[in-house]
Amino acid sequence: MFDIKTITVSAWIGLFFTALFLFCAIFAPWIAPYGKAEIVGGVWEPMSEQFWLGTDNLGRDLLSRMIYGARITVFIAAAATALSFSLGAILGFTAAVVGGWFDTLMSRFIDLLMSIPTLIFGLVVLSVLPSTIITLILVMGLLDSTRVYRLSRAVAADINVMDFVEAAKLRGEGNAWIIFREILPNALSPLVSELGLRFIYAVLFLSALSFLGLGVQPPEADWGGMVKENKEGIVFGIPAALIPAGAIAALAISVNLVADWVLNRTSSLKGGRG
Amino acid sequence: MANPAPKHDGRLLEIRNLRIEATSYPPGEPPKNITIVHDVSLTLERGKVLGLIGESGAGKSTIGLSSMAYGRGGVRITGGEVLLNGRDILKAGKRGIRRIRGREVCYVAQSAAAAFNPAHKLMDQVVEAALQHGTASRAEAEKRAKALFRKLSLPDPDNIGNRYPHQVSGGQLQRVMTAMALCSEPDLIVFDEPTTALDVTTQIDVLAAIKDAIRDTGVAALYITHDLAVVAQIADEIIVLRNGKLVEWGDTQQIIKEPRQEYTNQLVSVHRIDHQEKPATSSPILSVKNVTAAYGHGAIRVLKDVSVDIHPGQTLAVVGESGSGKSTLARAITGLLPPMEGTITFAGRTLANRLADRQREDLRELQMIYQMADVAMNPRQTVAEIIGRPLEFYFGMRGRQRDARVAELLDKIEMGKGFADRYPAELSGGQKQRVCIARALAAKPKLIICDEVTSALDPLVAHGILRLLLDLQAEEDVAYLFITHDLATVKAIADSIAVMYRGEVVRYGPKSQVLTPPFDDYTDLLLSSVPEMEVGWLERAISGRRMASAGN
Repeated sequence: MFDIKTITVSAWIGLFFTALFLFCAIFAPWIAPYGKAEIVGGVWEPMSEQFWLGTDNLGRDLLSRMIYGARITVFIAAAATALSFSLGAILGFTAAVVGGWFDTLMSRFIDLLMSIPTLIFGLVVLSVLPSTIITLILVMGLLDSTRVYRLSRAVAADINVMDFVEAAKLRGEGNAWIIFREILPNALSPLVSELGLRFIYAVLFLSALSFLGLGVQPPEADWGGMVKENKEGIVFGIPAALIPAGAIAALAISVNLVADWVLNRTSSLKGGRG
Repeated sequence: MANPAPKHDGRLLEIRNLRIEATSYPPGEPPKNITIVHDVSLTLERGKVLGLIGESGAGKSTIGLSSMAYGRGGVRITGGEVLLNGRDILKAGKRGIRRIRGREVCYVAQSAAAAFNPAHKLMDQVVEAALQHGTASRAEAEKRAKALFRKLSLPDPDNIGNRYPHQVSGGQLQRVMTAMALCSEPDLIVFDEPTTALDVTTQIDVLAAIKDAIRDTGVAALYITHDLAVVAQIADEIIVLRNGKLVEWGDTQQIIKEPRQEYTNQLVSVHRIDHQEKPATSSPILSVKNVTAAYGHGAIRVLKDVSVDIHPGQTLAVVGESGSGKSTLARAITGLLPPMEGTITFAGRTLANRLADRQREDLRELQMIYQMADVAMNPRQTVAEIIGRPLEFYFGMRGRQRDARVAELLDKIEMGKGFADRYPAELSGGQKQRVCIARALAAKPKLIICDEVTSALDPLVAHGILRLLLDLQAEEDVAYLFITHDLATVKAIADSIAVMYRGEVVRYGPKSQVLTPPFDDYTDLLLSSVPEMEVGWLERAISGRRMASAGN
């Protein structure tokens, strides 16, 4: 299905950077030159052969912290996206297929959740609960799943009235078959494009939380937190805060390029052959 | 509009060596050019009607649109000349073409419902072209439009223009569209299958209206259709097309009476299927008794006290116009729309009203085939998965055993094993419907409900499907409930017939009895509305009618 020859240039760029970030995230302890909390030099040292990206506000190696930061940022964002998609899509499809009171109840409840701005909701919950990685994933995943629910329900409601779904119902198939075998494959294209977007929103949301001090707690490194730690440096012309900010942007763009390409492949009705 | 005196011996449209190409993108290969129309030439004189006929893919719409210098969906006019009023419009440039379209040549689309803008009133859309080209003031154009509405026998011609497209019926909308084309007084109108989407009883009205309008205004027309019987009523000359090539061109009378080409002969000859009517048995397989069903919690009754029987291995045809409740009857039998009153007995058992309460065995023995085969199959499943699923689901077949049975079923529907790995998008219309038949057969049903299974297909393909269904009935002893509006189909395959009108069965019995006079008014209307391949049929049919069709 994924023929090397059909990969476009933009997909190559996206794949390369996504792979690079993933590689850093997975092998962080082996490739980082220094420890993530290890103070190895002076405050805000410029880029040098010893410290490729310089050092941060406490004299820690910025490259090492970037690599460890990739690990935490990507992991939390990926886990939260996975949670929001499994939960949102399954509930959304079920609501569309089952209909009736279940649909009404779920949809109104989701409306209620969505009427509260996400960041404020997140801030309130996180200021009460301890800021561990698990809580972060749960809060982000649950909040994001409302958006996924809306999309999946709308897509599934369209597919649910097609004749082939009716044929499956007449055959006597259960809801599980209808949801996973009849509706899901046909709802995949909009969901995949949404997956890329949602992952990026999760990265941005996590970075925003960390920037506000409610996300990943020091001494753990994550990109949003690193922007916060080094932001005072900008006044003195020190670019340390821009490096994690740039990484967030690069990740966002490259993941979207990959999502676009996957979308092109999966929207074909000839199994990617045509 | 004021035409210059015809200085080119009455020739309005002349197409010379028209060649139309498109680029296709086959999988895994570089894009290649395919030729859709191969050097077709034709001429049309002022005030004459030329019929273009052929099956889907014959290039008839493409040729028709070329007379407006338009290529639909990325096709390119790569060769030839299209002379309209003596000048080549392919060389007219964007502005030149804009001056011609809507003024000298107008277009009537197949689906008027999709072609009208739902946000504007009909009158605004009807007079738009005339106003754009400045050929009439608004008052004049509206006056002309109202006169046309009257000529096309639309109800309340003075006020119908104030309605929105959704406020008139399909047949009326098609006539409004004809009025729209005529309003700017063009020299040529392209009719692209204007009656194909309509009921037979409505089609006859629209046809008559179009014919009168053409005669009275003296406009020339290209009439595109796949139905030879329809075009025979309207056209002076007929061109038969196949795969973008001209097969035969001649006088209407000559084409339908003495076709010179083999292909034309195939189209013209009535495809009679000899079907021996079987006598009713004492124990029907399905018995519908006094069923009443309604939408909206009993608010709109669409089935009123309907009772019919289907006997094992036989075919009951349910006929009627759209809105007569024939598809609703199928939904009531399958349990998708639980009836309010009445009972349905199947193979000696009383069926539960709701689908969810039925036994798996009941579901297996009662299968359904849909009108639109392409949406009746999951586009993400291969043919083998589609046909194999009922085998897994009802009989627990797996692996090689299932594959063998799938191959056997593919063989039954006259398709080879090579189709097993294809996706529905890679099949033709007829093949899709065959796969749907195989899926229904896989369950070894006792009854198959066929909901308009041939109405979306070309006549020759539909004929093949009917033959297949009859052969399968003989082999598998399966009964059909055949829902259709096409009486020719009914005559070919039914053992008994139920005629439905506004939710009620108005005539029911063995085929020979239902189709023998004396008829009630509605059955008479239905029977007399089926176009016959004979010049002058339309006038006779209209004058002999005893009631107006519901769509009028």
